[in-house]
Amino acid sequence: MPVDEDHEVELARALLSSRQHNGADRRLYSAGTVGGSALCRLSAGGEDAFERFVEHFRAKLFRYTWLMCRQREDAEEVAQETLLKVFESFDQLREPERVRPWIFRIARNACLMKRRKSVFAPAAELSLDELAPAVTVDGEHRHLQIADWRHLPETELLRSELRDVLDEAIAELPETYRAVVLLRDVEELSSSEAAEVLELSVDVVKQRLHRGRLAIRQRLDDYLKRPKEVG
Amino acid sequence: MTHDPERCREIFALLSQYLDLELPPEACRDIEQHMAGCPPCVEFAESLRRTVELCRGYKPGIMPEPISESARGELDRAWQKARAARG
Repeated sequence: MPVDEDHEVELARALLSSRQHNGADRRLYSAGTVGGSALCRLSAGGEDAFERFVEHFRAKLFRYTWLMCRQREDAEEVAQETLLKVFESFDQLREPERVRPWIFRIARNACLMKRRKSVFAPAAELSLDELAPAVTVDGEHRHLQIADWRHLPETELLRSELRDVLDEAIAELPETYRAVVLLRDVEELSSSEAAEVLELSVDVVKQRLHRGRLAIRQRLDDYLKRPKEVG
Repeated sequence: MTHDPERCREIFALLSQYLDLELPPEACRDIEQHMAGCPPCVEFAESLRRTVELCRGYKPGIMPEPISESARGELDRAWQKARAARG
């Protein structure tokens, strides 16, 4: 399990446990078993769990909603709507281990709702043939017409340029592919978790992921083939 | 080794699943056997592997604005309501 995912499971457990304490401790307090100051301490623990949860997931959700919506205002709004829905329906999170796909499913639905209210983008298809590399044949040897990927840019300026190209490549993916790439490669959900979030079969997730990656690869390849000014 | 472009195409379609270790062991063995004699497939697979690596390390250069008092209050009220319902 990735470190980030471990951390998220802990955040969800802390929040669940603060909620359970809250109910149980109020009953004990009413029965005179727990003093007022002890109840305050437990409540403070709950506040801390709440703050940490909001801080972590707000940034994470914004990253996802911004990459899906591409408008700051929309992304902020959808991230907030998602968090609200998360707190309103926290009872439905049966297993803290599933917090990541659970939250992204809510975010995905919030993005869909937002999109329905705005201009509907037609679905576009990426074809494998268009994403295959060009090949030249020299006698018995075949050569791919692709950049040299063994040495990616090392200077900060070129790395930052590469990040911008990657940003554009992700942004320009048709939405059906972008949704899968974001969940699988950026957020590192498994294929079955991404399928659950997007309500697709695992096979469709794998197919879209491959095509999305190939399209990003092609954009990066075009950039890497261009001569660079160093210094 | 005789080059088989049809096999390259088949492998091209499976590369992500190969990189994600989602293929059965015998399919992986077949791919590796083909790659041992096909430098272009190796080169392409490497470029796709680096693409995935870049995506995994990707952080957009944009962060949310600091949360406003009203937005925080809205979340806090939703959370308190859920806690009260539970209690």
